[in-house]
Amino acid sequence: MQSIATRKKPSRAHILTAVIIAAVYALVFAAEQLLPASSMLFIVLKKGATYALVAVSMNLLNGFTGIFSLGQAGFMLLGAYTFAIFTIPEESREIVYQYYNGGLIRFALPVIPALVLSGLVAALFAFLVGLPVLKLKSDYLAIATLGFAEIIRAIFQWDKLGAITNGSNMLHQFPSFSSFNIRNAQGEVVVYLSTLVPFVIAGVCIALIVLLINSTYGRALKAIRDDETAAEAMGVNLFHHKQLAFCISSFFAGIGGAMLAMYACTVQAKSFTSAMTYEILLIVVLGGVGSITGSCLSAFLFVACSEWWLRFLDNTYTIGSFQVPLLRNGFRLVVFSVIIMVVVLFFRKGIMGERELLDLLRGRKGKEAAK
Amino acid sequence: MKTVLPYLLSGISVGGQYALIAIGYTMVYGILRLINFAHGDVFMVSGILMVYLTATGLPLYVVIPIVLLATVFIGFAIERIAYKPLRTAPRMSIMISAIGVSYFLQNLVLYITGGLSKVYPAIPFISQSVTLTLFGVTLPTTKVATLITPPLTILLVIGLVLLINHTKIGMAMRAVSKDFETSQLMGIKINRVISATFVIGSFLAAIGSMLYFTNYPSVVATSGSMPGLKAFVAAVFGGIGSIPGAVIGAFIIGICENIIKGLDLILFKAGITHKMLGLTTFSDAFTFVLLIVILIIKPTGLFGEKTTDKV
Repeated sequence: MQSIATRKKPSRAHILTAVIIAAVYALVFAAEQLLPASSMLFIVLKKGATYALVAVSMNLLNGFTGIFSLGQAGFMLLGAYTFAIFTIPEESREIVYQYYNGGLIRFALPVIPALVLSGLVAALFAFLVGLPVLKLKSDYLAIATLGFAEIIRAIFQWDKLGAITNGSNMLHQFPSFSSFNIRNAQGEVVVYLSTLVPFVIAGVCIALIVLLINSTYGRALKAIRDDETAAEAMGVNLFHHKQLAFCISSFFAGIGGAMLAMYACTVQAKSFTSAMTYEILLIVVLGGVGSITGSCLSAFLFVACSEWWLRFLDNTYTIGSFQVPLLRNGFRLVVFSVIIMVVVLFFRKGIMGERELLDLLRGRKGKEAAK
Repeated sequence: MKTVLPYLLSGISVGGQYALIAIGYTMVYGILRLINFAHGDVFMVSGILMVYLTATGLPLYVVIPIVLLATVFIGFAIERIAYKPLRTAPRMSIMISAIGVSYFLQNLVLYITGGLSKVYPAIPFISQSVTLTLFGVTLPTTKVATLITPPLTILLVIGLVLLINHTKIGMAMRAVSKDFETSQLMGIKINRVISATFVIGSFLAAIGSMLYFTNYPSVVATSGSMPGLKAFVAAVFGGIGSIPGAVIGAFIIGICENIIKGLDLILFKAGITHKMLGLTTFSDAFTFVLLIVILIIKPTGLFGEKTTDKV
């Protein structure tokens, strides 16, 4: 009822949400023009935007459809490689593919079509993987998707495919986020866009996912999550809907992978391990399973904590002749994992639970109205 | 045959080591319905403990029991701290907690070792090299650990099966894995049974780690994740919850993995292929191919029990 009513006339909460989101984008744009480009903030923002998209795509499966998939790293790998392979400029191919005579592919696509293509390749593989795997139940499905990610990783490292994937060597020289900066004729940067662009890409993709979740398909997916048997009895085609969710989630994971490639400037298959999937899963859980806002927030918090805020724990300090104990390289990650365990054990619902930004702004009034 | 035999031998040996880890996975899953992602890391921590305790200069007959006890304690403590508070929570939270523990153990070891790989100490007798002659074929030199693993594994498994079938705690374990709540009503102290499961699993993982790392030069923080994952696959392959299933699955996976490692050479020597195909890349991935094939053909694994969902 609520959603129909609000479609006619946007409520105050809707307007506030839109204002907050617009403000975030404006702040990002302004910060980038004003602060030095080497600031740690931008590394966190770029990586955070990438992880936010991947976390939301995983949340679509784990939180909204109830499919416990651990294949995210595999689909990110597909996206990252597709993007890198199709965007390396022609003149750089000889250097990148030095062991494979410049490789097979001799053309380069513009960035946006390459991004879409990387999503499509991931979705196509998800379709093929989903045919056998989606018939499995919870834990078996998790371990089978994890297995598929490992298989994909091995295939991309096989040197017989080196003419396309460059074997186990890394791909580089493709456009990165900093190639979006607008430069003048002297090569000086006039307008910085390298942080805004990942925000825009991630924002568009997340908006599409939100639209999907609020559609009839989204409601069918939630029904599957809550009770498969009941959903089937109500006429929801289980396999068809699971396959749909799996492909869409992988599509966006693929785009996320391409963004990660742009963030890191290099792609190598060996970095897309199951540990990456676990990290993303932790982000989803910390943010709240079933909350898009939560996934986005926790992605930024996760990246900021692990890369930036806790950095001081890695340095040794000496006060007078007293050396502060424990502080040395690697202590940051120990503290970070303890924090994660505390959240997992004592704040089981994560940051947001199942609520969204919209629900928060509605406050108590909104909750009563929703009843 | 001459080229296959060494790969087969090391396959059987690695299979035995996987089996010792896989039992920990399968028993915990049988009782808690939890994929204990931290188990592979307990295995790794046991290796690291061995490195540090030997460095203190204690004699080996003191170090080995301490390592076994410490690993058992770690397994027990993980269950008490990270899994017990979540007993009534949805299954996904416990699994996340397991991933969190795994993340913590890896980071802790990374911190303690300073990210360096630690040389695994030589254990007298099992680290010795031997050259065997089998069926008139002289095998390349292997360590005693390779030869000792399969019989030791089988002995331990027989001991475990006897424990489960003929003791009171074993009976309690079987009851709990059949029906958690009913066995609680029957007066079984659930927490004690679960702790016992973790103790047994960690004990076997500690023995497995001694045999496994003897064959490798060093231990790093991520050494446990691949063997752990493969041992879990072995447990699923054999039908999760079933101990003989896990052991057979582990041997199959160990053998297949090592045959794939040598497949290039075997095919080349047999004259089937005329150049190297680089198939070694797939030695890890093939494990997962096997897993997916078995899950499609028989979704509950080789010896798994069929379950039906009730509405």
